[in-house]
Amino acid sequence: MTSVLTNLFDGVAYGMLLFVLACGLAVTLGLMNFVNLAHGAFAMAGGYVCAVLVNRAGWPFFAALPLAFIASAAIGAVLERLLYRHLYARSHLDQVLFSIGLVFMSVAAVDYIMGSSRVFIQLPQALEGQFDVFGVGIGRYRLMIVVICGMLTLALQWVLARTRFGSRLRAAVDDPRVASGLGINVPQVFAFTFAFGCGLAGLGGALSAEILGLDPYFPLKFMIYFLIVVTVGGSSSITGPFLASLLLGIGDVAGKYYVPKMGPFVIYTIMIVILIWRPNGLFGRTAAR
Amino acid sequence: MSAVTTQPDVSSQAIAHARWRAGEVAFWIAVLACGFLFPSRYLIMTDIVRLGLFALSLDLILGYAGIVSLGHAAFFGVGAYCAGLLALHGIITEPVIALVAAGLAAMVLGFLTSFLVIRGVDLTRLMVTLGIALLLEALAERFSDITGGTDGLQGIEIAPILGRFEFDMFGRTGFFYALAVTFLLFLLARRIVHSPFGLSLRAIKNNPLRAAAIGIPVNRRLVAVYTLAAFYAGIAGALFTQTTALASLDVFSFERSADLLLVLIIGGTGYLYGGLIGAVIFRMLQEVFSTLTPQYWQFWIGLVLVVIVLIGRQRLHRWVLWAPNLLIAQFGGRREAVAVPESDAP
Repeated sequence: MTSVLTNLFDGVAYGMLLFVLACGLAVTLGLMNFVNLAHGAFAMAGGYVCAVLVNRAGWPFFAALPLAFIASAAIGAVLERLLYRHLYARSHLDQVLFSIGLVFMSVAAVDYIMGSSRVFIQLPQALEGQFDVFGVGIGRYRLMIVVICGMLTLALQWVLARTRFGSRLRAAVDDPRVASGLGINVPQVFAFTFAFGCGLAGLGGALSAEILGLDPYFPLKFMIYFLIVVTVGGSSSITGPFLASLLLGIGDVAGKYYVPKMGPFVIYTIMIVILIWRPNGLFGRTAAR
Repeated sequence: MSAVTTQPDVSSQAIAHARWRAGEVAFWIAVLACGFLFPSRYLIMTDIVRLGLFALSLDLILGYAGIVSLGHAAFFGVGAYCAGLLALHGIITEPVIALVAAGLAAMVLGFLTSFLVIRGVDLTRLMVTLGIALLLEALAERFSDITGGTDGLQGIEIAPILGRFEFDMFGRTGFFYALAVTFLLFLLARRIVHSPFGLSLRAIKNNPLRAAAIGIPVNRRLVAVYTLAAFYAGIAGALFTQTTALASLDVFSFERSADLLLVLIIGGTGYLYGGLIGAVIFRMLQEVFSTLTPQYWQFWIGLVLVVIVLIGRQRLHRWVLWAPNLLIAQFGGRREAVAVPESDAP
């Protein structure tokens, strides 16, 4: 019984991490209908920035996390202005090719600069080990992830639902043409959101080094996970991707624990079944664009 | 999009379009000549021919039906493992029959999964095709007692083709075998895309709604062409196993599907030769890049992809064809004898 609860907790932590990693992609796909397979590359960038700062420059872990966010967001903003911007109106095939190209480049570049072995980030003492709550083992690091990601999710929900920027963004998602007709600067809203999503991915990448493992193949290995979160969750709200990533996290942890031999088989099967059942995602809108 | 006038006009135009051109004959003669000119390069040339056939199969669904697939390696892998297992356990020792059997196995999988693929929009298709390839990779890893796991199938021995032509260590037999198979399948593909069936596929690609309105059964046509493409990919996979005598988990890998897209994009979609030409250029690029930076050639491949997309595929093909067209216009007195490949971007 306690192992079930521990697994559940690990799954929730894993799922929340996936949400932070993937929610930027939800906006990219939802707002501009842009298939960005290179989203994981931004996460990897954040992870490596954090690793370099902590391991080589001796920064404290919590000071390096915001920098991981800023670095990824900056890279995202620059790439959006220079490259992505030109491809919004192109066919999905072009977008896929372009982002696969970016993934290949990032993998080889990181391999060249940082080496191909897995990188570990030195954690502060306070985050190591686990403690028991009514007999349920809870990892400190995972608890921290749940707290950070939970707060981020609440903040995101608040921004989207309550602020002026949030309503502009929602308007732009619902109908970009009408939104720009109403005087909303859609490209600007998108550029900002894209950079912010990349920053979140970078933060997620830094947090996930301990759990998912950080190596140059990160963007390729987890690309399918991000895509699952977005396609299964739909891109109309952040609740959809959030629930989808929790499902995915719990399912993946449970699958690996109880039927280790089946490997990722369970996840892929569930994804295909869901996509056949509801091609626009579990919580998606009915209109396909 | 020329206006459709009367029935005979359309058919005569289609027939004229389907006629063999001098350039095409020259292309195949040149390919055959390579087999005799470079006897020391059989292995790499076999690889190119195989990749060309694989890209041809993607061209059938991408260039003619407009289905973007990120998991075409699934069928390649099924064909490869089928051919490997058939030869390893001595079920079907004759390579040609085993080749067809492997192709049929991939075809069955293609038929079954086509129903999943034709549902939904581009993104769902991408995810489903990618998911199927990953699923098969996970399955192959799971049943490692059959597939040999990460080590792959070992000790495959391929019997002589038709009981007569032994596979030699220089790959001479392998090359001509692969070339013959590719040529035959190319002829078949050429016949198919110039048939009314092929024309209806183009109509679907340009506008599915309009195609349905003029009475084309859109879903059935897509299922048919997807199944056909799976057969081709399965044959390419089986050729891979038969000419290299190995099959391992990486036949299903995402990189294989991604590289394949690049091959086809370099060559151009929608005129059948794109895959073959792309395969030559891709392997040459790969060769150059790996001599430049042995471990990091992927970076340059990625850069090529990004640059191709940013410049625009249509513009790129216009540039490439500029010189040949100029020559032909100067000396042949005709305008644009080399057709600009049809692009799928409007």
